[in-house]
Amino acid sequence: MATKTAYLVLENGTVFTGEAFGKVGEVTGEIVFTTGMTGYLETLTDPGYYGQIIMQTFPLIGNYGIIPEDFENKEVFAKAYIVKHLCQEPSNFRCEGSLDIFLKERGIVGLSGIDTRALTKLIREHGVMNGKICTSPPTDADSDEAKKYKVVDAIANVSLKDEHPLIKSQKGNAKYKVALIDFGSKRGIATELIERDCEIIAFPHNFKAEDVLAINPDGIMLSNGPGDPSDPANTPIVEELKKIVASNKAIFGICLGHLLLARANDYKTKKLKFGHRGSNQPAKDLKSGRAYITSQNHGYTVIVDESDKNLSFVNVNDRSCEGMDYGKSFSVQFHPESRGGPLDTNFLFDKFIENMSK
Amino acid sequence: MPRNKDIKKVLVIGSGPIVIGQAAEFDYAGTQACRILRDEGIEIVLANSNPATIMTDSNIADKIYIEPLTLTTIQRIIEKERPDGILSGLGGQTGLTLSMKLAKSGFLKKMNVQLLGSLPDTIDKAEDRQVFKDTMESIGQPCIESEVVDNIEDAIAAANKIGYPVVVRPAFTLGGTGGGFGYDEEQLREVATLGLSLSPITQVMIEKSILGWKEVEFEVMRDKADNAIIVCSMENFDPVGVHTGDSIVIAPTVTLADKEYQMLRTASLDIVRALGVEGGCNVQLALNPDSFEYAVIEVNPRVSRSSALASKATGYPIAKVSTKIAIGYTLDEIINAVTETTYAAFEPALDYVAVKLPKWPFDKFVYAKNILGTQMKATGEVMAIADSFEEAILKAVRGAELGLSDLNHPRFANNTDAEIKEMLDTVTDSRLFVVYEALKRGMTVKELHEITAIDEWFLNGLVRILNNELANKPFVYKMVDTCAAEFEAKTPYFYSIRGGEENEALPFIEKSKKERVIVLGSGPIRIGQGVEFDYACVHCVWTLRKMGYEVIVINNNPETVSTDFDTADRLYFEPLCIDDVMSIIEIEKPFGVIAAFGGGTAIKLANQLHERGVKIIGTSADSIDACEDRERFDVLLEELGVKRPKGTTVMTEAEALDAAGKLGYPVLMRPSYVLGGQNMIIAFSEEDIREYMEIILRSKQDNPILIDKYLSGLEIEVDAICDGTDVLIPGIMEHIERTGVHSGDSISVYPTVNVDEATAAKLYDITRKICDKLNVRGLVNIQYVLYNGEIFVIEVNPRASRTVPYISKVTGIPMCELATKTSMGEKLKNLGYSSGIAPVTEYYAVKVPVFSFVKLAGLDTHLGPEMKSTGEVLGIGKTLEEAIYKGLIAAGHKMTPSKVDGEQKGVLVTVRNGDKADVVPVVEKMVKYGFALYSTKGTAKYLTEKGFNVNVVEKIRECPGNNTETLLESGKISYVISTSERGRDPAFDDVKIRMKACTLSIPCLTSVDTANALADSLLSGYTEENTELIDINTLHA
Repeated sequence: MATKTAYLVLENGTVFTGEAFGKVGEVTGEIVFTTGMTGYLETLTDPGYYGQIIMQTFPLIGNYGIIPEDFENKEVFAKAYIVKHLCQEPSNFRCEGSLDIFLKERGIVGLSGIDTRALTKLIREHGVMNGKICTSPPTDADSDEAKKYKVVDAIANVSLKDEHPLIKSQKGNAKYKVALIDFGSKRGIATELIERDCEIIAFPHNFKAEDVLAINPDGIMLSNGPGDPSDPANTPIVEELKKIVASNKAIFGICLGHLLLARANDYKTKKLKFGHRGSNQPAKDLKSGRAYITSQNHGYTVIVDESDKNLSFVNVNDRSCEGMDYGKSFSVQFHPESRGGPLDTNFLFDKFIENMSK
Repeated sequence: MPRNKDIKKVLVIGSGPIVIGQAAEFDYAGTQACRILRDEGIEIVLANSNPATIMTDSNIADKIYIEPLTLTTIQRIIEKERPDGILSGLGGQTGLTLSMKLAKSGFLKKMNVQLLGSLPDTIDKAEDRQVFKDTMESIGQPCIESEVVDNIEDAIAAANKIGYPVVVRPAFTLGGTGGGFGYDEEQLREVATLGLSLSPITQVMIEKSILGWKEVEFEVMRDKADNAIIVCSMENFDPVGVHTGDSIVIAPTVTLADKEYQMLRTASLDIVRALGVEGGCNVQLALNPDSFEYAVIEVNPRVSRSSALASKATGYPIAKVSTKIAIGYTLDEIINAVTETTYAAFEPALDYVAVKLPKWPFDKFVYAKNILGTQMKATGEVMAIADSFEEAILKAVRGAELGLSDLNHPRFANNTDAEIKEMLDTVTDSRLFVVYEALKRGMTVKELHEITAIDEWFLNGLVRILNNELANKPFVYKMVDTCAAEFEAKTPYFYSIRGGEENEALPFIEKSKKERVIVLGSGPIRIGQGVEFDYACVHCVWTLRKMGYEVIVINNNPETVSTDFDTADRLYFEPLCIDDVMSIIEIEKPFGVIAAFGGGTAIKLANQLHERGVKIIGTSADSIDACEDRERFDVLLEELGVKRPKGTTVMTEAEALDAAGKLGYPVLMRPSYVLGGQNMIIAFSEEDIREYMEIILRSKQDNPILIDKYLSGLEIEVDAICDGTDVLIPGIMEHIERTGVHSGDSISVYPTVNVDEATAAKLYDITRKICDKLNVRGLVNIQYVLYNGEIFVIEVNPRASRTVPYISKVTGIPMCELATKTSMGEKLKNLGYSSGIAPVTEYYAVKVPVFSFVKLAGLDTHLGPEMKSTGEVLGIGKTLEEAIYKGLIAAGHKMTPSKVDGEQKGVLVTVRNGDKADVVPVVEKMVKYGFALYSTKGTAKYLTEKGFNVNVVEKIRECPGNNTETLLESGKISYVISTSERGRDPAFDDVKIRMKACTLSIPCLTSVDTANALADSLLSGYTEENTELIDINTLHA
């Protein structure tokens, strides 16, 4: 098979040479790596990667092809996809096609055959970097372009455009009414809630607290999503959230939802050097002492003192904040809905249900 | 939770000798465990009968008992040492079973010993088939439809209910011993009978066959706070049906979508929680490739072979973490030793794949059945790490020392397409090569998948190899770091990939200020090359590090201490092949390479390295060659005036027959350049020579075949250390068995009893002459035969031998350390030693071989010049009798009373003409002990003439209903003494008797000398209660 050479140039000028796949073209984005060894479909379709170039550290990607029922969103919001070895002959009983063709159809640029481990180490040491995938040998102009790149209006681009009931409880008589604020929600969040007899009304990112409270929900779910929580564009969201917090309803925040809820509770957030992305991050429940393996995809964290009474989970490795518990509302930095990743913290949805019943 | 401070002294039980299903991985695990305990300031009492292990080294434990691993002995050790705790999960099935027996009998409670690790209830839930099934049902985990039975009729009834084919799985046996498939009633009868007889509780499970399902394993780690994580997932190349120990395995899983993966991951965690395992645990599952249907196959609630593989594949030290959990820590408190900044409470992320390829003994055992099934047959394994399945499998094949550099197997080149297709129906040790050959012949991936059920993903990988689609770029080295580079790793553990921007080894090399030395490891465990060579390598590494060198290890065996990431300064997990080794040498630029400790694997690289300008430290490549090259060796001995058995070299059958005629029968035949007496026989007749030449010439021979006059005498073995000036012999050993039985299969005795001072002096002189002539630096092993008062040299190996660990331990002379230092130019005089034979110790030490015959159907158990044992044990005693008694017990020989329940038991004696006179004293002792005598006609006639009362038994073919076989089945026979001139071929009557005895677990002695030693032991009056327990750390105080 004829392959076309493609290049990745980083904002510091480093160049990696590999082969193009998916859509052949040029694209700029923030490069992040994820260490998950399975779950590339869930990763690709996670809106949390909006504006980013995803790189997989596991070298064999595409092995089970494309399985649409495993998608977390209809769309792929990532800018590009980098793998070591792309599998062109996938094998799985649910497989409906190859990753290469899927990315071509979706217009997503792919790059394979580069030293992904070397790139991971560069990001680990320098922190998050932007990069540009080029189809001809990169010039200074290309790395300058990468340097200037910034993810903007992330949430607005992935969130719902209008309020509408996303999915109703499939069991008919829903026990709980949940307002889901969609910052770029993974499908798995709704699935978990529906399994627990919830009826879901989804709201877009530019929601008004009074509209949400007007439907008299039993609880409010703050979804995951992309971007920097401290982005001034998000200030209105935080302001609206403060009103919802004041209502003393049960609230459950996941990932970006967790970060925004923290800001609504007057905590600050900051960018991590290179984030946590993968299926193996240990989060310790400070109350029970138990450590759980969690699925994560985030580049920001809540600034909180270890002695803070609201701190509920910490990352066992770097002690960063993994969860807050404010009483009736709580939130986690990781993804209890998993997909991909371990199902260990699934019980947090039960906790949300309990809080709604109180 | 911090550690339990009540635990101040712990008993660690090792796994005993290496057998199929239980290999070096437990030395690795046990050694890790001891190090952790020591770091915690806990006093360690160690019990292991295997002397060739690092764990039984004086610096690893405080009290070391190289004693039989029997219940009685362990109880006595506990009574003597009064430990606070006993570590149950690190000593394989042997250690676990012993611990459980001690716990269940109430002995531990009585002695106030705490069981550290999983509780008996947990082990029962995991190991008792029925309890396991019930437990799985209670938590909704699907098992394969099955029934537990304890007799053959119920087994058949169960199979009729479930439907054929069925799988037979015996309860509580090692490596699935005695298991197999039943495709119909006749086959089921055969397999179930064996399974029932081998199960210590006479119980087997008859199980629905799920052939074609994917086999997936998870290594789980759980602590007492109920934190549980997956260390590593693994997927088998072969679908369900082949024992996982005999399967090609890839880590992590590669064909599972996240949904399937998480389903099985969650199942594994739920299972381990339901069982309550604390520490490492292995869960095996089967997954229907066409749905989400899955089933739990089995659980090993302990550190296992798979966990050693998982540890090396991920860098996550399962044995260390299991030990920490056993003494009270929880996962979030245990630091990840690879990164030193993160914790054990995480799941390793790999940015490569690891492929394991088993190493089977069928190259040596041509008559053994090479069909793979539920009973494990591999003796060892190699692992290869790369960034693709294709590169990893190629590396694994290269490194498995099969004489192959890729997947093309010359054996199948001449088969027709139809023959190749037919071979696909049976899974053998050559599965991979047959599949590859079929692809080469144009079979499609789809067709092959239909026949073999191997996932198309793997088959497509083989196609890419076939189509030469792999990049042919130079190697760069990447690190194994547990975390896919997310965190900085501190432990330099490398593998190669082809092409790449960054060579991660370079910064470590640039930083290094010391001189660098590369130590070559010994590759996979196989017959003739066991854990003893890893022991030697590890000591060499330790010594060099102490001397101030930076030490680099190259090895590809995941079961070993040498491949533990903190043994050397840097570890390259790479094949021990010339190009792979040279590539490392090019970047490391070592001062030299040490090849003398890694057995034949390492030594055979010496010459090639030398030719490429690499300095070989120690004895020169030229001297090594002089020992291997028949003609050069003859010239050398002649110059020294040293005798060796007369012999010559031949290339064809005609030449062989001619040479044998001139030398006179019997003659010893073997190919040159072999280890472990591979393909070596004693030919008593022309017929034997024809049979042998036919077999040997099946594969192309580059080197001539050696043919020597066979001298039947006392075999003597010497390990010596030479510095260029002084020659030190730490100890001389003699063999119980006369020459003709391979030294590795002989009972070896130290100090000698039949070597007088004058002979010893002569032996020293010859050894010294050989050392001087070969300019030996370091170790040399020489085998002699004392024949009619004259000394003959059989062979010279200028390297560490299999006896080094045991002689080091018994004499207290650190042989590997001295050998390493003298290789590096130090003088024995400055190290506190001088020329001569070291003074003998007051204790006798007897090395007894251990075999895995029961796992290798079709193999004649007759001992001969070709090595057959897989492991060894040591017996130590004040008297020779006591040492032999302990050695035999440790090796699993039963000392049966002559009367059981009032019924007199007997011995079946059937020996070749040459042995008839010699067997008389043995028979006398057996009769004196109280046994009845049974013999076949020829032997019976001879013994009757000598005045014995003998029951005559018919040969199998002569009398179908009443013969040696039916006699063995009757249960009347306690021991068999069987020797024959003709062996090997399973069609022979004698071979059948021996195999039958093996199947029925009746001890069968195939050398009159071994039988004599056993008879002496029976009469010695020693029991497991009255032998002395010896802490070897006190021997040299």
